[in-house]
Amino acid sequence: MAKPARAVRKMDAPPWLALRGSPLSDDEFHGKVSTTSWIPRLEYGWDAGIAISRFLEGLKAGKILGVRCRVCGRTVTPPRAFCELDFRPMDDWVELADTATINTYSICYVTWDLKPLRKPQIPAVVEIDGTTPRVGFLHLIGGVNGSSVEAIRKQLRVGMPVRAVWKKPHQRAGAITDILYFEPVKRHPER
Amino acid sequence: MKRKPRRKVAVIGAGLSLFMRRALETGKELSYYAASQALETAGVRLKDIQAVVMATAPDAFDGVHMKGDWLLDGAGGVRKPYTRAYVGGGSGVFSIISGWTLVASGLFDLVLVVGEEKMSSCQPHPQGAFLTIFDHTIERPLGPNLLWIFSLEQHRYMSSYGIRNEDIALVSVKNKRNALNHPAAQVAANLSVKDVLASDVVAWPVHRLMVSPVSDGAAAIVLAAEHVARRLSEKPVWVQGVGWSLDTSYWGNRDLAYPRYVERAARMAYGMAGISEPRKEIHIAEPYDPFAYKELHHLEGLLLADRGKAPDDLARGRFDRTGELPTCPSGGLMGVGNPIAAAGVMKVCELFWQLRGEAGARQIPGNPERGVAQAWGDLMQIGTVAVLGVH
Repeated sequence: MAKPARAVRKMDAPPWLALRGSPLSDDEFHGKVSTTSWIPRLEYGWDAGIAISRFLEGLKAGKILGVRCRVCGRTVTPPRAFCELDFRPMDDWVELADTATINTYSICYVTWDLKPLRKPQIPAVVEIDGTTPRVGFLHLIGGVNGSSVEAIRKQLRVGMPVRAVWKKPHQRAGAITDILYFEPVKRHPER
Repeated sequence: MKRKPRRKVAVIGAGLSLFMRRALETGKELSYYAASQALETAGVRLKDIQAVVMATAPDAFDGVHMKGDWLLDGAGGVRKPYTRAYVGGGSGVFSIISGWTLVASGLFDLVLVVGEEKMSSCQPHPQGAFLTIFDHTIERPLGPNLLWIFSLEQHRYMSSYGIRNEDIALVSVKNKRNALNHPAAQVAANLSVKDVLASDVVAWPVHRLMVSPVSDGAAAIVLAAEHVARRLSEKPVWVQGVGWSLDTSYWGNRDLAYPRYVERAARMAYGMAGISEPRKEIHIAEPYDPFAYKELHHLEGLLLADRGKAPDDLARGRFDRTGELPTCPSGGLMGVGNPIAAAGVMKVCELFWQLRGEAGARQIPGNPERGVAQAWGDLMQIGTVAVLGVH
């Protein structure tokens, strides 16, 4: 943290003119800087759109849907109403598997405002089986034990097959969270 | 690119404020510091400036809606044609591109470009301003934060090429050390790879010291048409090429291991600058480094290193200030600080001083003749590139 000083800094480097600025210390910032706290009451009623609405209906029914472009042949999910490359309607709907491959994952120990999380979140990009390679979406990984980087990395790797763990049908709301998370596919299922 | 522009455009002055965690100054005041310094070093007055381009990132940082217009006064834009250039983190270099189009088109001869960011106002943490960049229906219910996308991308980059976190931590070490010689620097330090990896894991594989800080600051340059530049400046630095490109916002559908959009932007800029062998013809690079791995990722996208091999080049000293291709000799965002839009303009300021041989303690050896500055942003989807040179 820079010292609270009105000082201008000049060094053996450009710009040869002294640089201006008045860094504040933590105390000054919290004690002396005028603060108004304002919680905006902004509520949005988002429309899911043509394609995502159908995708959400699919989730409610326990299915992951994708669309295929009849021009470039890509099969993608999340579905979209038009191919952003060919600019043609993307209306060839396909039901995809609820299995996927981990494209990448992370082990996140902080909230957005940098508060520590005891149990880390494991976000991942998962490539849904049946799509064009490297087509996936953001979701979470679950079903792993431990909370340290070492423990979690022992159970996960990029390229690993995973399977969606769904909410029970009556709990599903037609939302991305109808899939609770993706968990590693065990080679020898116990059940 | 359809046709090469005929009118040459030069940078003739540059200015900065200090980069700070928290500044007493308002965004307008910071902008004024940088803008007035750029004008002074260019030897022009505000009334000579015919148009102003302002770069500043999300309104939510300052909590002022349409803050581009609010900052107008500090940027010297009153009663002038004024534009806000805004493509997230890519805004800084994009503002120079916007200013360049205004001069290259023949519309104006003297344009002031200002980048400003005051992130500290946003409480409790400016990362909150980024929560709404995610898709409202299919991403936000999962509770994402900005660190996720960086850590996911870094891990993809590492796993695709077998890169270790030690290799990436070295970027923090280099840039924070380079910044020791930068008068505006906020987080300059002499650290080891061990220190970086000993800092907290925020979102593995990202450690705290691999993330650029929250910053307040401003930077500015003056752009001039050739006939004006030759009259006003003994050492104009020419904008030889510009390029920018955006990739799809379905970011999970992209190859996160390689920034193809940066390559597209670079190819456009190199084509305009007549560069066919960037590794031989570019002597200095200021790639965008908001996270340590991004510098390496971007050097590959800029075609200045082989895919997946930038970490090897870094380890053998190729990117040191005295190396074959010095990168971020300023200290970059990891060392000088990251007031978003101002940081991109700061990179262009650095090329301006380096190419004029005026960078003092930061000067790279060997009389560099051409450099590239690059910024990146939005939902990991834009590359903005500017090539500057002495001819």
